[in-house]
Amino acid sequence: MADISKKSAKILVFSTEKISDPAIDMAGLLKLHYPPTVYTITIPCSSGIKPSWIMYAYEKGFDGVFIAADGSDCVFGESCTEKTGALVGKTHILMQEKQIEPARLRMAAMCSVCSESFVKQIKSFNEYLLKSSNTEK
Amino acid sequence: MDKRLGVYICHCGGNISDYVDVEKVREAIENDGCVLMSKTTQFACSDSNQKEMVLDIQEQNLSGIVVASCSPKLHLNTFRQVSERADLNKYNYVHANIREQASWAHSDDKKGATEKTILLVKAAIAKARLAESLTPNKIMAINAVAVIGGGVAGLKAAISLSDKNTQVVLIEREPFIGGRVGQWGEMFTTNQTGNELISSLYAQLVTRKNVQIYTNSEVVSYSGSIGDFSLKIETTPRYISQDCDAKELQKAMDVCPVVVPDPFTFGITNRKAIYGFAASQYPKQATIDDAACTHCGACEKVSKNIDLSLQKEMVELHVGSVLMATGFDPYTPENGEFGYAENESVITLPQFKKLIDNSESKLIYKGKEIKNIAYIYCVGSRQGDEGNSYCSRYCCTSTIHSAIIAKKKFKNIHNFHFNRGIRTYGKQEVLYAESLKLGDLYLQATDDSPAEVYSENGRTWVKVNDILTESKEMQVEVDLVVLVTGMVPRSDKKVSTLFKLPKGRDRFLNEIHMKLRPVETAIDGITIAGTCQSPKNVAESVNSSLSAATKAFSYISKGELETEPIVVEIDAVKCTWCNECSTACPFDAITQGLDGDRKIAVVNTTVCKGCGMCTPVCPTDAIDLVTFSSKEIMNMIDALTEQI
Ligand SMILES: Cc1cc2nc3c(=O)[nH]c(=O)nc-3n(C[C@H](O)[C@H](O)[C@H](O)COP(=O)(O)OP(=O)(O)OC[C@H]3O[C@@H](n4cnc5c(N)ncnc54)[C@H](O)[C@@H]3O)c2cc1C
Repeated sequence: MADISKKSAKILVFSTEKISDPAIDMAGLLKLHYPPTVYTITIPCSSGIKPSWIMYAYEKGFDGVFIAADGSDCVFGESCTEKTGALVGKTHILMQEKQIEPARLRMAAMCSVCSESFVKQIKSFNEYLLKSSNTEK
Repeated sequence: MDKRLGVYICHCGGNISDYVDVEKVREAIENDGCVLMSKTTQFACSDSNQKEMVLDIQEQNLSGIVVASCSPKLHLNTFRQVSERADLNKYNYVHANIREQASWAHSDDKKGATEKTILLVKAAIAKARLAESLTPNKIMAINAVAVIGGGVAGLKAAISLSDKNTQVVLIEREPFIGGRVGQWGEMFTTNQTGNELISSLYAQLVTRKNVQIYTNSEVVSYSGSIGDFSLKIETTPRYISQDCDAKELQKAMDVCPVVVPDPFTFGITNRKAIYGFAASQYPKQATIDDAACTHCGACEKVSKNIDLSLQKEMVELHVGSVLMATGFDPYTPENGEFGYAENESVITLPQFKKLIDNSESKLIYKGKEIKNIAYIYCVGSRQGDEGNSYCSRYCCTSTIHSAIIAKKKFKNIHNFHFNRGIRTYGKQEVLYAESLKLGDLYLQATDDSPAEVYSENGRTWVKVNDILTESKEMQVEVDLVVLVTGMVPRSDKKVSTLFKLPKGRDRFLNEIHMKLRPVETAIDGITIAGTCQSPKNVAESVNSSLSAATKAFSYISKGELETEPIVVEIDAVKCTWCNECSTACPFDAITQGLDGDRKIAVVNTTVCKGCGMCTPVCPTDAIDLVTFSSKEIMNMIDALTEQI
């Protein structure tokens, strides 16, 4: 988990090609800064993320995982929201089994122009992760 | 056999290397197991670098490449084509976005940006290592394009697409096509009137069999994607049939009790809720303003060709691509901004143009003859960081042009131009020269000390510290103040929100790349043209609309589109056929099949859309999405957590 001496927590973002990637790209274009320890892996749809990937990210040292979910904008259909919610639920159970705090997994629906919202979410997640590592010590 | 990879790290001029130490990145990855060669390059997308890549792939027998540069939205196809030119299957190329997601996002932290870039490139290498050669799928593309907006940009795009034998659906929200150009009289640079331009475009369009024009219509919902968009179009009735002649219309207008400011003249005149058409307005059919009409029935009583009981109609259409040409709004000044809405001698440039057009022999406004006119430039443009920081491009030229017309059309006109630096770029400069020759006076303010409008005893004055005369305070008493208002994005954003089209910092619709992909948007199959993208004059709007039409045509012209061969694969050994995946699939792409006598899941790859929704639900982890397999994702996670 994040160590207090760090300026920023290490966050893995699962983002989607058609919806949240353009928003994250636009955040860069607009030079809306966020911590450089935030890394994106692009996938087609947020409902295709395997809980095992998220668990692996914690195991390898990521402090937090952020799912930039397609929500109702998903190009593959409206069931995306419910299915992404289900995989998050499943992952929470796995996290509890490993005594990983569920709040280290965050999900927010992110549209293709939600650059400001992305940066806001990431900054607050970063602050949360740094603060909770602080209180854990 | 392990991959033989080439890695290219782009400076992007200085866009990347000003914030990321690209040489350090190269050094950090050059010894990664399968990296055979690594290079930094000024512009990875340049012709010379592309040629070098082809040679590298062939000479070094590379089996994969990684390009670390701008967003893959920009150059994925460029580098795929490079791979193909070198006989390398394009799916062996992997991209790392180190500009939008590293150098620009972290331009405040060079060390952090460099460290992040190293890990992003390592992750791309980890993915490229597992990449396999694949064959793209083909889908049908409908040879039809919806053009949204019937201004000059939309009209030219529709004609161009129709010339290419594509079905065109032109959708205009207003009862008449023509957009803003239809509102202008004489225009620069050709001195044609808006009416002449629009009439000639409409005449070219209306006879074509492959063009359908919907006026009074809006797209209210859409589904699908490039190749096959399904659009629902709602049409508001005009309530007046074509048989209604001018006499009957006049009678109906006479009895209509509703009077509203006429948007066609920007409110300097009024009209009834039922109204006819100006010379530049097409189709030539009167209409009723649905928003203003109270449905009192007075007009119905005097005309048998009016039917207020008509209802809105909905049609559903399928098109392969969508071209947005929804135009701009003129900036509306705040109340009190240079006296606007408080001093009745203050109007905007669009209003002034209509005033010139509507006046004969004398220029009269609010009962007063106008002789001295002050033009205040850059109202709503170049406002600094707080407001619209851009230049609206058309306005210096249009103001000088209008001032010259006023001077030539009416006697004793004196023009005073309170500007902040004149921008009559290119051929438009001749106008400025003509205006100086005609004796117009130019007074120049600075950005932080703009001109001031004030009134005393019913007389209006404009005052400025003129930097052309050593900042001397100059003041002029005028009869009319014309605020040279810039362009702003359309206030009604319904349709751009519907299609989720990205907007730039200036709130106009955003292209993928200003120079290299100027009419494409982040949404595949949707292009933008004209002033919905940024302020433009007619020539610039038409240039962009022809280019958007060509791009739209290129999507659909072959009748089929290549789509990614990204489908799910079942591991027959692990699969126990529990039915979870087939239930999760929204496209019914998974059915039960047999592996020997064992029941397993089978994927119909022509139906699978590659969303991966079926993958997290498999209890035995027997299902993976091609190029997004667990192995690939976990290898990337390994790379992103390496110590550097
Ligand atoms: C005062 C003034 C003077 C000018 N003078 C000149 C000049 O002399 N020379 C010159 O070259 N340029 C001039 N221009 C610029 C010129 O007007 C523009 O370049 C031109 O109008 C741009 O055309 P467009 O098709 O992009 O947009 P528009 O003209 O705005 O047309 C857009 C169309 O889209 C429609 N629309 C909007 N939303 C929707 C929707 N949701 N669904 C369907 N339809 C929709 C609108 O109703 C409209 O018909 C002038 C501009 C101004 C303001």
